[in-house]
Amino acid sequence: MDQDKRPPEIDSALLRGLTQARLTRRGMFKAAGTGAGVAGLAALLAACGVSGTSQENKAAAPGFWDSQKQAGLLNFANWPLYMDVKKVGGKETHPTLDQFTKETGIKVNYKEVIESNDGFLGKVLPSLRAGQDTGWDLIVITNGPPLSRLLRQKYLVELDQSKLPNFTKNAGPSFKNPDYDPGNKYTVPWQGGLTGIAYNPKFTKREITSFEDLFDPKFKGKIGMFGDVNDAPNLALAGLGIEPSKSTEADWKRAAAKLTEQRDKGLVRKYFDNSGEAQALASGDVWLSMAYSGDVFQLNAEKGREELRFVVPKEGAMLWTDNMCIPLKAQHPLDAITYMDYVYRPEVAGALAAYINYVTPVPGAKQAIEAEAARASGEDRASLQDIATSPFVFPQESDLANTHSYRDLTPEEEKIWNRLFQPIFQS
Amino acid sequence: MTVLEEAARREAPPQTPRRTRRWTGWVLPVYTWLVIIYLVLPIMVMIAFGFNDTKSRLNLTWQGLTFHWYRDVFSNAALSAAFRNTLLIAVLTTAVATVLGTMLGLALGRYRFRGQGGVDLLIFAAISAPELVLGTALLSMFITLRVPRGFLTILVAHIMFCVSFVAVTVRARMAGFDVSLEEAAQDLGADPWTTFRKVTLPLIFPGIMAGALLAFALSIDDYIITSFVNGQTETFPIWVFGATRQGVPPQVNVMGTLLFLTGVGLAVANVVALRRRKL
Amino acid sequence: MSARPRAGRKLAPYLLVLPGGLWLAAFFLIPTVVMLSLSLQSGSVEEGFRLTWRVSTYTDAISLYHTQLVRSLTYSAVVTGLALVVAYPMAYWIAFHGGSRKSSYLFLILLPFFVSFVIRTVSWQFILSDQGIVLGPLKSLGLLAEDFHLLATSAAVIGGLTYNFLPFMVLPLYVSLERIYPTLVEAASDLYASKAQGFLRVILPLSLPGVFAGVLLTFVPAAADFVNATILGGPGTTMIGNVIQTEYLTNLDYPLASALSFTLMAALLIGVFAYARALGTEEVLEVSAA
Repeated sequence: MDQDKRPPEIDSALLRGLTQARLTRRGMFKAAGTGAGVAGLAALLAACGVSGTSQENKAAAPGFWDSQKQAGLLNFANWPLYMDVKKVGGKETHPTLDQFTKETGIKVNYKEVIESNDGFLGKVLPSLRAGQDTGWDLIVITNGPPLSRLLRQKYLVELDQSKLPNFTKNAGPSFKNPDYDPGNKYTVPWQGGLTGIAYNPKFTKREITSFEDLFDPKFKGKIGMFGDVNDAPNLALAGLGIEPSKSTEADWKRAAAKLTEQRDKGLVRKYFDNSGEAQALASGDVWLSMAYSGDVFQLNAEKGREELRFVVPKEGAMLWTDNMCIPLKAQHPLDAITYMDYVYRPEVAGALAAYINYVTPVPGAKQAIEAEAARASGEDRASLQDIATSPFVFPQESDLANTHSYRDLTPEEEKIWNRLFQPIFQS
Repeated sequence: MTVLEEAARREAPPQTPRRTRRWTGWVLPVYTWLVIIYLVLPIMVMIAFGFNDTKSRLNLTWQGLTFHWYRDVFSNAALSAAFRNTLLIAVLTTAVATVLGTMLGLALGRYRFRGQGGVDLLIFAAISAPELVLGTALLSMFITLRVPRGFLTILVAHIMFCVSFVAVTVRARMAGFDVSLEEAAQDLGADPWTTFRKVTLPLIFPGIMAGALLAFALSIDDYIITSFVNGQTETFPIWVFGATRQGVPPQVNVMGTLLFLTGVGLAVANVVALRRRKL
Repeated sequence: MSARPRAGRKLAPYLLVLPGGLWLAAFFLIPTVVMLSLSLQSGSVEEGFRLTWRVSTYTDAISLYHTQLVRSLTYSAVVTGLALVVAYPMAYWIAFHGGSRKSSYLFLILLPFFVSFVIRTVSWQFILSDQGIVLGPLKSLGLLAEDFHLLATSAAVIGGLTYNFLPFMVLPLYVSLERIYPTLVEAASDLYASKAQGFLRVILPLSLPGVFAGVLLTFVPAAADFVNATILGGPGTTMIGNVIQTEYLTNLDYPLASALSFTLMAALLIGVFAYARALGTEEVLEVSAA
């Protein structure tokens, strides 16, 4: 071995490991041979297949709730920016959750893992289908096709109304007994909200008022859209002047064509998951974007100034409800339902609304917030009063006039809808 | 040139010809350094923004120097849990994969046996298959067998793809292995196990260490395979990827910096230990 | 060495191979077979899947997503070419003129590996952001239009991929270049070859195994990547990896997703085989035995 050509002191074995590539012709032929044998194995494995919904996974049998005991732990999956946050000495805490733990002794394992309905359902549906525990006791799903699927397949635990006294007493009338879940048998609203347009006036240099603004060539490459099959298509239908809940397949094709045109013209900067527009708006990568009504509030709070604005387009915004529900085979359902009722106390609802800034299902929260405002002073008082009068937290009838609901879809319609719209976002 | 000069030039050890081309003499080194800076730039950014005194969730603009993120690095419960998972998985993976991979590498490098080519091919396939395919294949199997996905499935996946890297590293080390050393030991009366412990193992130890380091680094960093088999369990790369939508908090930069320094430290220690051995 | 095989000796390699081999078989081979089987099944998440040998899934997959597939292979080819062009001069210089500091240079090149690859890509997202440290000053100086952006373009995705895979190209190149005896180059010049000829006819051919290994280690993973496309890309840059992930995790269309995954693997394998035949496989063994 030539001494002045010795490998350097970095262990050559490490280098080799990083760069190893072995290939021989003989090896290739062997692989072909074994491949044939392996195909036989495949046939064997195929005999098992992947089974579907087993019929025993029906909603909880009677007597279910009587046998439940409080376990002291709650696995709670939620969306980001959907819980009150307070920085205490560098640590992020959730005051209402801490209060809940103090009162009931139930520890909350709170994770903001839901980035989109479909993405999250994609992770839990296999477990639900197999009749296994999803790992979550409490999840928050938006009404519309995602929730409908869970309800249709009976993947949710039926709620014991006697354990929800606060809900019965304090929930606003429009949040009780919704069309998608009559009698609140399986779900209880968490927050409601609107899908509209958020924008940064510093960059757009004008007011945004209409869905058509998302198609303005002046904003080419700076427009954000939600890349899911719920919000964007429905908003596009509304933008075309069609009432989504009454739309037909022909209407869907028109909406799809419009969205495709927008993409092909290079107008769209990015298709976001349902909360991804926040970062892009804040950093200036995107000047205007489809957004949820409460996101802007939190972003502005983070930045400490009124930089972003949210607007309901004149063609109308989507009105939706995010709902708390308990997936089947959850390990701690009693803890979950205890929490569900806890947030319907006016002062808790108020504390949450003050931070989340979405439509709260508890009208009584308004008094709680006003009381808090009276106790506070200066900037805090002003911001609390803003919240108490905000149409995005306590909307009046007039505010809700210009809103639409999602188009509900049967499984067959869902296939057609998805096939029309999904490819647009997956280009 | 005179004959003398020619002879002198031939006898001299091969050296960098310094004077032949003046301008090309510095083009390549400068180019190399520029590329190195380009490679290192994102690391600098990551380390720098671990010191950013940002008040909001977003770590986008420089707002002043602070060290408090190093103190508060575990203030985000979900992130800390993910970080813990990553470390735990990496340690366990390294332990198991090093053992399994060393055995494989030893067998392939030291012995000749039937089926050697097949095992060789298997390892090659496992290394060169894209992670996407590895991850989706595993997910397909877990779905079919109704295995719930979580910590254990991540561990299983990580061990799988690390075993082949360790095996290859150890096998490469075996290439220069002198079997007569083992023979000598046995001639002196040692039984196979003692021979292995006292002769073979110390000789291939650097290879094993390198393989273990590689396994550790691969496991800590893995995103693609993990994203398919993790179910609800979060690891550090998964958490960071999810956080890119709302804004990556400075704690991530701090953790990344700490991991970086640890990795560098381990690599340097490995090299220093090697140097000592050679002496 | 005189062979004195005792019973234990003979079994030794098989016993050694067994645990690791079984693990790989169980968690690599079998899953691949299962995935193949899944790609031929039909059904839905709610009803369940059954093997129906439905080959049309493959044609569906290709007709729906051939753009993304071709795009991934194209991006990957560009990335590999770029990486090769960028890496070669550097590997050459370190191998031939690095002197005693070779290991330090290599160490610096390996540094990015010590940072999580998601963080690296996110850092690039930060560096290239519209008002960030690179584009911001350029825009305020008026050198760039206000709506110019690097992110969400294919350039950003290709740039990110090249960055992430550059060390994978440098190292094998370095290893094979470093093994070339400088005296060979000397001999060439003694035979009146110019420096350029010496490079083209001596160094370049001898470094081909390294080139092959580097191309293999770059092209295959780059084609299957989706992280760069998600973080740095936008509409029109979606890669087949993104599609596969969406089909598996969001749409839960397992047969389609498996078919796509298999198609990608087949495409890559064919490329690798063809390349191996062209270059001859023996030289590859040389590099790996380095």
